[in-house]
Amino acid sequence: MFDTLVRKDRKAIRYLVVDDSVFARKNIIKMLEQFGGELAGEAGDGCTAITEYDRAKPDVVLMDITMPQMEGIEAAEKIIRNHPEARVIMVSSVGYQENIVAALQKGAKHFVQKPVKPEVLYEVIKYVMGEEAVSMQGAAAGDAQ
Amino acid sequence: MKMELIQPFINAADAVLAETLQCQTSIGDVNMEEEAYRRKGTAVLISIHGDIEGRVILDIDGKTAAAIATALAGEPVSESDQVVKETMFELANLIIGNAVTTLNDQGFRFKIEPPQLHTDAQGITGNEETEALVMCLDTPSGSVYLNIAMHYNRRRKTEREAVVGR
Repeated sequence: MFDTLVRKDRKAIRYLVVDDSVFARKNIIKMLEQFGGELAGEAGDGCTAITEYDRAKPDVVLMDITMPQMEGIEAAEKIIRNHPEARVIMVSSVGYQENIVAALQKGAKHFVQKPVKPEVLYEVIKYVMGEEAVSMQGAAAGDAQ
Repeated sequence: MKMELIQPFINAADAVLAETLQCQTSIGDVNMEEEAYRRKGTAVLISIHGDIEGRVILDIDGKTAAAIATALAGEPVSESDQVVKETMFELANLIIGNAVTTLNDQGFRFKIEPPQLHTDAQGITGNEETEALVMCLDTPSGSVYLNIAMHYNRRRKTEREAVVGR
């Protein structure tokens, strides 16, 4: 059970989930719901992720690395180039040093290795959101408005 | 048997299954494969090319695959459901990804092909150059089989050059 993690304006944190595996996306979305998050969009490849970011303007992007058409690190770089404020967290089973360093150099904020542990993802999101997020015990997003 | 190549896959499979199924797993039978591989159920094959070359097959019988998919999806999944296949692909990706992370950090460089559904009943076999090992991981949902066959490309190349240089 997690405290609800919301933006400091008490609205739900909005997420864009990018992964070519439908199964992996569902799994992550389930976790985000446990944190009180809201799904802003989904994408199965890097190209779609860029257009979905432009459309949905999410608070946080959870981005897989190995994907068809355009890989996650390239997509993250393009999103961050157009939106320097973007908070991109890389999520991949392939967690070797080169990948992590490359992603961070392109502007990603953090890296989470799969299989994703909910408690790890929660803490990483909290860290990445920084002062823009607050955790509220037992409250649903919007309750405090 | 080159255990230093195979061990990362065993560790990764053990850790990934324990984490995703939230259970204790144990390593059952482990044996070297001498004859052509016989598929047990739904099988996913991933090939690796580079300093290390080979393939890994994740093989689970239909009933166990459905039980694992049910556990992961949090809702009943039948053997014929597409979710079973998606679960297998994701499990294979997780295991391979975690194993290659270890191998890459040891200095090996290689490329991983996307997972493919392996539908032949049999046909893939190891050879003189390829170590092939079949291992069984027991989970509360049933047994998960890993067929791992790979060899050092770099070492073989070095050895060949040494022979040529004599």
